Amino acid sequence: MAAECGTAAEALVGQVVLPGDLLLLPAHYDEDAESERLRLSAGAAPQGRLLCGPGLRRSGAGLLVTKCGLLRHRPAGGGAYWVDSQQKRYVPVKGDHVIGIVTAKAGDVFRLDVGGSEPASLSYLAFEGATKRNRPNVQVGDLIYGQFVVANKDMEPEMVCIDSSGKSSGMGIIGQDGFLFKVSLGLIRKLLAPKCEIIQELSQLYPFELVLGMNGRIWVKAKTIQQTLIIVNILEACEYMTAEQRKQALAKLSGNR
Amino acid sequence: MAGDVKTKLSKNLLRMKFMQRGLDSQTKKQLEEEEKKIISEEHWYLDVPDLKEKESHIIEERSFLRCEDLVYGRMSFKGFNPEIEKLMIQMNSKCKEEEIEEDDKMEADVSDEEMARRYETLVGTIGKKFLRKRDQRVLKDDDEDDEVEEGNSNPRPSKRAKKMFLKPQD
Repeated sequence: MAAECGTAAEALVGQVVLPGDLLLLPAHYDEDAESERLRLSAGAAPQGRLLCGPGLRRSGAGLLVTKCGLLRHRPAGGGAYWVDSQQKRYVPVKGDHVIGIVTAKAGDVFRLDVGGSEPASLSYLAFEGATKRNRPNVQVGDLIYGQFVVANKDMEPEMVCIDSSGKSSGMGIIGQDGFLFKVSLGLIRKLLAPKCEIIQELSQLYPFELVLGMNGRIWVKAKTIQQTLIIVNILEACEYMTAEQRKQALAKLSGNR
Repeated sequence: MAGDVKTKLSKNLLRMKFMQRGLDSQTKKQLEEEEKKIISEEHWYLDVPDLKEKESHIIEERSFLRCEDLVYGRMSFKGFNPEIEKLMIQMNSKCKEEEIEEDDKMEADVSDEEMARRYETLVGTIGKKFLRKRDQRVLKDDDEDDEVEEGNSNPRPSKRAKKMFLKPQD
């Protein structure tokens, strides 16, 4: 097996890459990065480091692609490359905010189903204002919005519902009613992008509440069941609709209201 | 008996501290060297040249959160859940520099001038607490001269000094 000569990473940004492709980075990342760091101020020190995101692995002086998808690049903050791939199966990653369903209570720990290979564990003390005497009111079947604090392939994933300063900042038990459904991970990232058109158009329709989990789960709640189901259908279908089809569908709905 | 004991004692025993107290420094050094030889021979090591670790400037990251700029996952529209709408504004502008404005507001609660004034009076009142005895003596000396004239007893001036309550300046 002859080693493939790689192509420059910058040339492939925005194009489809396949697993096994080798991306060459510009040489200045290796040699001159040290001198660059000395010249730059202390606040800009991390600029010498390149972020190698999901779908890419470090191999020698370049990056090896491990998933097929579109190559993306972000020049800010030292630069980042990652592969924008599509998948439905979620793999727990540290720091991700996800929606979990409580499946069991085992002593001091709740078992949550997050859509990964293992159920995640959530300690009852990991809620805001929880003490040994003041336990949170969590029942089996509740929905919880939390973030991963431990998530690697060797250990069972652990979740918490507080951030590093001890505040809940929106995490915790998601309220009553509403509708939970599953979509692909790529759609979630599209919806979470800043200034997403779909979300902006939907917000013009009627008041509703939305929780997006990085594990592909979306929870929607509106005033009536019909409105909730309309939003659910639009979100599920918008993955495969073009922008015009979506606008037409929304126009029909706002006309019928 | 002593002669026999020396020849029959084991090496481990001789290595013990209480047996070595009587030895001279030379024999001690010899014993130490022998111990080191034994340890270094038993020590396993890799017969491989040292690999120079390259300082890599590439960080591997499995999370999309650090690559892309994603918004907070909980959203509410048209006032359905006012707390979440407040949270949305807060979380999505955390990236921007609104936190610095909050710090400025905190500083404005107590201005520097006020702090300086309070410290002045504070130092003054606590200082007087410690100087009272000296003041009493000074007062007493003054009053002894006056006593003959006015006929006042000693503790009274000091009592008067004590009674006068100094109101702290606001």
